[in-house]
Amino acid sequence: MALEMRLPVARKPLSESLGRESKKHLVVPGDTITTDTGFMRGHGTYMGEEKLIASVAGSVERVNKLICVKALKTRYNGEVGDIVVGRITERRRSAEDELAMRGFLQEGDLISAEVQAVFSDGAVSLHTRSLKYGKLGQGVLVQVSPSLVKRQKTHFHDLPCGASVILGNNGFIWVYPTPEHKDDDAGGFIANLEPVSLADREVISRLRNCIVSLATQRMMLYDTSILYCYEASLPHQIKDILKPEIMEEIVMETRQRLLEQEG
Amino acid sequence: QGLVPLSESTKDVGCCTQEDLRVDGRGCDDYRCVEVETDVVSNTSGSARVKLGHTDILVGVKAEMGTPKLEKPNEGYLEFFVDCSASAAPEFEGRGGDDLGTEIANTLYRIFNNKSSIDLKSLCISPREHCWVLYVDVLLLECGGNLFDAISIAVKAALFNTRIPRVRVLEDEEGSKDIELSDDPYDCIQLSVENVPCIVTLCKIGYRHVVDATLQEEACSLASLLVSVTSKGVVTCVRKVGKGSLDPESIFEMLETGKRVGKVLHASLQSILHKEESLGPKRQKVGFLG
Repeated sequence: MALEMRLPVARKPLSESLGRESKKHLVVPGDTITTDTGFMRGHGTYMGEEKLIASVAGSVERVNKLICVKALKTRYNGEVGDIVVGRITERRRSAEDELAMRGFLQEGDLISAEVQAVFSDGAVSLHTRSLKYGKLGQGVLVQVSPSLVKRQKTHFHDLPCGASVILGNNGFIWVYPTPEHKDDDAGGFIANLEPVSLADREVISRLRNCIVSLATQRMMLYDTSILYCYEASLPHQIKDILKPEIMEEIVMETRQRLLEQEG
Repeated sequence: QGLVPLSESTKDVGCCTQEDLRVDGRGCDDYRCVEVETDVVSNTSGSARVKLGHTDILVGVKAEMGTPKLEKPNEGYLEFFVDCSASAAPEFEGRGGDDLGTEIANTLYRIFNNKSSIDLKSLCISPREHCWVLYVDVLLLECGGNLFDAISIAVKAALFNTRIPRVRVLEDEEGSKDIELSDDPYDCIQLSVENVPCIVTLCKIGYRHVVDATLQEEACSLASLLVSVTSKGVVTCVRKVGKGSLDPESIFEMLETGKRVGKVLHASLQSILHKEESLGPKRQKVGFLG
């Protein structure tokens, strides 16, 4: 059995360890961003008294004449075409619904779906009109802030380390064993309940811990960052990844590798 | 999060305990990382803060003078109060946390309800008249699963940190008594917490049981056993919680695990508390903004 008790250690500010030269312009709601009225206002800002004021807490981003504030933590705002992962909590009860859908999807099921339409009050309607969506079988769900999920062309990834992930735009990330063959005829409503092998489960647990580490250190989540983090974590035991000092080390290495890849 | 019923087909955690590999890579007997700090609240006789994963507990102990209970005239006593703060979990908003708070407080009363946990006679000032009452206040700052274990560790650490002023009872010729407090603020008595028990919660998931369950694991467990264990491995009380049933063989196995894990828990806690004490008054306090 493993049990580690320790005395708390004060955290160092992240910017110190990163050695950032350019400081980010951080704002909180109500802060003035600029008094120059020549800028176009983007998300997270509003105009008031001849000044541009921030409406969310985050960092200021500037693209030519457009100023917007990228929020640190947001509620999920649906956009058409987003992939979401979610659990069915309630459903419309009508006669046709009872006859047709209950056989496939029940309350409590985890599903992946695509956003079809967004209503004015922010509610979204989802569809599973493709074979790649539908009920999710065995796997692990990780919940992170929606602002950390990078928008990409595809959110379904089969990672080379031996498992697959679905990066829901709503911050729900599903890690599951890569299916051996794609059952085209079954569609997305039959859940595979066969026991998952120990090797697969180790990969999934490691991936899950890596995603949690990246989210804790506020790194963007996408296939490359998750994969690099997985590879950086290999020298450590799966359960040690979540220890504060090991988490920092792994994410630092991931950051380095991502910077090298960009530059 | 735990309010939506899980359907049969997506027990995300379920059989993972079969081969001693949980979702976060831990074995069935492994605890998450524990952080302990004492003397975090200045106007208490003793305090401690314990972080176990996402569970965050703060305990404050205040020693006040009171009258001994009628049936125990030579002893002082402990009073427990547990506050499930609304910021710990959305269910605790308003009066939602009261039931859980009462349940935890009652469990604490039970595990301390024996002759050896705390030497209550040392809390007596003058029989039938004055004694020390230790008000132990537990505050749940964040709820991340395994509350009972974390709270019992924090209570033990806070009691270890508690300093009770030394008093003398002076009797004059007419027989009236006066209580004199020592002039030196550091002249205190320290409680012996050698026999203070800690709670080990064992959750039954599938065919095995796990210690230190996270919120998700607790949602998948239908039955749990709370075992109160002293540093010598003596079980002071056992309580079963949950809607599911446990067969006697499971209970026996869980008790054995509880005793084994409990001894290691106590040993680690003793060593970390002594290490902290040895750093002396100059140690850097991390507190709440670290």
